[in-house]
Amino acid sequence: MTDALARLGRYGLTLLSTWGRAGLFLSGALWGAPGQNGGFRLLVKQLYAIGVLSLAIVVVSGLFIGMVLGLQGYTILSDYGSEEAIGQMIALTLVRELGPVVTALLFAGRAGSALTAEIGLMKATEQLASLEMMGVDPLRRVAAPRLWAGFIAMPVLAMIFSAVGIWGGMLVGVDWLGVYAGSFWSSMQSSVAFLDDVVNGLIKSLVFGVVCSWIAVFQGYDCVPTSAGISAATTRTVVYSSLAVLGLDFVLTAVMFGGF
Amino acid sequence: MTTRTTEILVGLFMVAGCAALLFLALQVSGLAPGARTDTYTVYARFNDAGGLSARGRVSMAGVTVGHIREVVLDPETFQAKATLEIDASVKNIPSDSSAIIRTSGLLGEQYIDISVGIEEDPMKDGDVFYSTQSALNLERVISNFASGR
Amino acid sequence: MDPSPHIVLEDVVFARNGRTIFDGVSLSIPRGRISAIMGPSGTGKTTLLKMIGGQLKPSSGRVLVDGEEVPKLGRKALYRLRETMGMLFQSGALFTDLSVFENVAFPLRVHTRLPDDMIRDIVLMKLEAVGLRGARDLMPAELSGGMTRRVALARSIALDPALIMYDEPFAGQDPIAMGVLVKLIRDLNRTMGLTSVLVSHDVPESFSICHHAFIIADGRVIGEGTPDELRQHGSEQVQQFLQGQPDGPVPFHYPAPDRVTDWGDVQ
Repeated sequence: MTDALARLGRYGLTLLSTWGRAGLFLSGALWGAPGQNGGFRLLVKQLYAIGVLSLAIVVVSGLFIGMVLGLQGYTILSDYGSEEAIGQMIALTLVRELGPVVTALLFAGRAGSALTAEIGLMKATEQLASLEMMGVDPLRRVAAPRLWAGFIAMPVLAMIFSAVGIWGGMLVGVDWLGVYAGSFWSSMQSSVAFLDDVVNGLIKSLVFGVVCSWIAVFQGYDCVPTSAGISAATTRTVVYSSLAVLGLDFVLTAVMFGGF
Repeated sequence: MTTRTTEILVGLFMVAGCAALLFLALQVSGLAPGARTDTYTVYARFNDAGGLSARGRVSMAGVTVGHIREVVLDPETFQAKATLEIDASVKNIPSDSSAIIRTSGLLGEQYIDISVGIEEDPMKDGDVFYSTQSALNLERVISNFASGR
Repeated sequence: MDPSPHIVLEDVVFARNGRTIFDGVSLSIPRGRISAIMGPSGTGKTTLLKMIGGQLKPSSGRVLVDGEEVPKLGRKALYRLRETMGMLFQSGALFTDLSVFENVAFPLRVHTRLPDDMIRDIVLMKLEAVGLRGARDLMPAELSGGMTRRVALARSIALDPALIMYDEPFAGQDPIAMGVLVKLIRDLNRTMGLTSVLVSHDVPESFSICHHAFIIADGRVIGEGTPDELRQHGSEQVQQFLQGQPDGPVPFHYPAPDRVTDWGDVQ
């Protein structure tokens, strides 16, 4: 009985200290931004690694998800003779939910795991320690550009995902299944509001960007510097990011669209 | 991979993001720059607004001519008061036209259809529709039919 | 030459995860000489270097570098102090995404605002000093272990530090690479007057170049002096380490329960 209590207490303390380290880590990395010599170039390099290289998977997934939405929506809506509402359905689903959430999940799997592994390996090969010994703060040099790149790349990727998805839905709905293009777009335009839907989706993806890159970079930075430790940290990045994204999505949806 | 190529690709990436945002703003949510100045406002009162909601469309003969800005309860008459923004290009709606709430499809969204009158005077900014027809309430129709009235 | 010691450790105690690694270590490292810190594996020699570099803080005691108390320095002052230190990590710790040239140029680019052609000249000079001027365009993955360490050495002297620390420079090197490193460490010390701290368990190589050595075991300094003094040292523990005897004061067997409890009373 007391053993279980002690275990619970120890677990709680470990959790708290991890949270504390993560918080200190974030503030330490962001406090200075990527300033220093050539900070902008570092940011561009990371934007390439995180953003541009994730583009392919995001575009392909967006296209297929949009097409599936078109197909599924059509079969259901045509039963009620209102297949022109397909545009509205696809756009709202993508812009409000699937765009930010699926992009964040893909991001965690594609860019997040790579970030964790890269930084973990830098730690294992003493590159971080040698930066420190060279009088260079690894938080600013290594962590900050990656964090900022994640913050910027995620909303951009989510926007592209939604746009491509809507285009894919149009491809299936209009070009293949023959929904009238005018009503496809007008039903979409009359129900999607820029501020309420597009901007809220953008805010969601920004929050996911912060959380996913924070988790990924911190897990790499905090990992046990062995091959087993790095692989465990990479797994943790994907699991924690996915859970955080789905949980936060519920909270954000409740606040944004739930009418509280 | 030279630094320059990386920079160009990142630039393209950012441009693609902006283009996607622009697409979502203009094509998907129908946000048209300066559209606000090109409309005039008329009002319609309904006994039952049904599922009418802001951003719904206003059409004449099936063509969209404006949209609904808001639907509120008029506390004096206990009617629903809809504020409609009509495109300025449609400036000769006869003043005895009526506003009818219709549904697109069985489950589609509700919109306002303007049934054209015969008067020569056009409606002006701030005018109220002379006659309206409320939403078709399916339950009421069924209960009327069932009770044989 | 300035007679005051470059680095002083006073009664340093260090414990991690409930295990005491140092239990009152005191030593002073003279300026401009090569000092070796030796001891069996797992005695925390690398930890000692990390404390000098301020990456770890001792649980108690003082660590002074150039008269400054390292654990008490603020972030800024610590980073400034580190610019005067070079450290050669065991793995070399080259940045895997940069070429040899860029690796050596890195500290210059970060800490100075020198024009590119000047940086180029300095980098090539440093690479020449380690004999790898021709390898400037290679990536770290294309280098052998010995070359990696030499590039890392060039990088750690790029800023002309006053102090350089070598973490196990000879571990896992073939005899030729080892000879090259020994020569480099000696030359650097002689030509640049660098204070050199050498952490190693390779007795012959270390003794061949160091002016002064400390032997650490069980969390304390068990012997110090010049190589000759140490060879004559009276302590059995020192002699066991220097001569590499398998059994002695440091037992061959890790502490274990009685044989009978593990295997039973087998005749």
